[in-house]
Amino acid sequence: MEISVTVNGEVHARDVEPRLLLVHFLRDELRLTGTHWGCDTSNCGACVVWLDEVPVKSCTVLAVMADGHRVRTVEGLANGGGLDPVQEGFRQCHGLQCGFCTPGMMMTSRWLLDHDPDPSEEDIREAISGQLCRCTGYENIVRSVRWAAEHEAAEVQS
Amino acid sequence: MQVPAQFQYEKATSVAHALSLLGKYGPESRIVAGGHSLIPMMKLRLAQPQALIDINEITELNKISVEEHMLYIGAMVRHAELLASALAGEHFPIFHDAEKLIADPVVRNRGTVGGSLCQADPSEDLSAAFAAVRGEAVIEYGEGRRIVPIREFFAGPYETAVGDAELLVGVRVPIRSSASAYQKVERRAGDWAVAAAGAELRLEGDTVAEAGIGLTAVGATNFHAPEAEEFLVGGPATAERFARAGEIAAEHCEPVADQRGPADYKRHLAATLTARALGAALSRWHGRHQEA
Repeated sequence: MEISVTVNGEVHARDVEPRLLLVHFLRDELRLTGTHWGCDTSNCGACVVWLDEVPVKSCTVLAVMADGHRVRTVEGLANGGGLDPVQEGFRQCHGLQCGFCTPGMMMTSRWLLDHDPDPSEEDIREAISGQLCRCTGYENIVRSVRWAAEHEAAEVQS
Repeated sequence: MQVPAQFQYEKATSVAHALSLLGKYGPESRIVAGGHSLIPMMKLRLAQPQALIDINEITELNKISVEEHMLYIGAMVRHAELLASALAGEHFPIFHDAEKLIADPVVRNRGTVGGSLCQADPSEDLSAAFAAVRGEAVIEYGEGRRIVPIREFFAGPYETAVGDAELLVGVRVPIRSSASAYQKVERRAGDWAVAAAGAELRLEGDTVAEAGIGLTAVGATNFHAPEAEEFLVGGPATAERFARAGEIAAEHCEPVADQRGPADYKRHLAATLTARALGAALSRWHGRHQEA
């Protein structure tokens, strides 16, 4: 069926099977491979993207459900050539090891900071509690998000 | 790679439209809400509906409101929305207790109240929470609507009172002076309950005037514990009696051993969590009545 999805601000029209999952639509149809495809069972969170305003696990959403909606992926985080503070935080604080969970972690973290600019360590851990880092690098992920929070606050002040 | 079998897909734009699509496609069609139970089952081919009727665009189904002394929760309310609802939390804090522990924050953005109830998983949390507070399912069909108490909503595992050409549109709970709470043990964030219990209490003086106990994952018939409720009503609200109510509730459970634990452990949890939920509800009752 014909669908039209706005991904990172750009409208994409495609003819897809109803059973196509959003994660495969993004990766295989649009070649946006920043969104990772992990456990396929909505446990690991590697596939987290925003559907309209909220993070969702795109392995458990049909592409046809996104018809007429907006999707934001990790490719849509950086704006105008500069890294998003969350991306910069992961870079500064060694927030990734193998990098497989990173796009999903960053999409959830961006949402968290948009709604709570000064989250505690506990808030961050709760926000990412549905996402797995098989390298077990949670300490540095939390530090990365805190780095982003502190630098965003500094930017607002200056 | 897990791929569902082929199906036809329709987006319903209103309740009437969804009902007409259910009529058109017949019993082999399924409603899809958040899809976080149904889509995984379709990927595993445990469910193979010939047609999916998507109700995500029906905005009339996602309101939380108070109407005629009832808290009304639309079927398409996402778990995250129920958790964030001050209105729901004010009247029934049990929903906030439960929602904090349902799945994980990202899944809660998508999964819905109606979807969870209609999935009727024997370990589902809201089934026990609504059973504790004696919620009522609002079901629409072509000619009108009918009300089914949640305690009569479940026909068995993965089976509900919702018929082929019917749609669960919401759940309502009569608002009365009461206090409620929910207690759950899970192995890790996002997992199903090993066991969980919800409780609601209304006191007259120090005497229990009304008690509701909901249980999940422990094989309680229709997610509630009528024998323990009966024991509590008319007696004093004490820790000893709450503990005894927990034992009575546990005696009437039929937990099944699985990877989440052996049956005797789950029975133990049913007793302990029932007593704790009653204790937490009592604290809220006193907190509320000291304020007033």
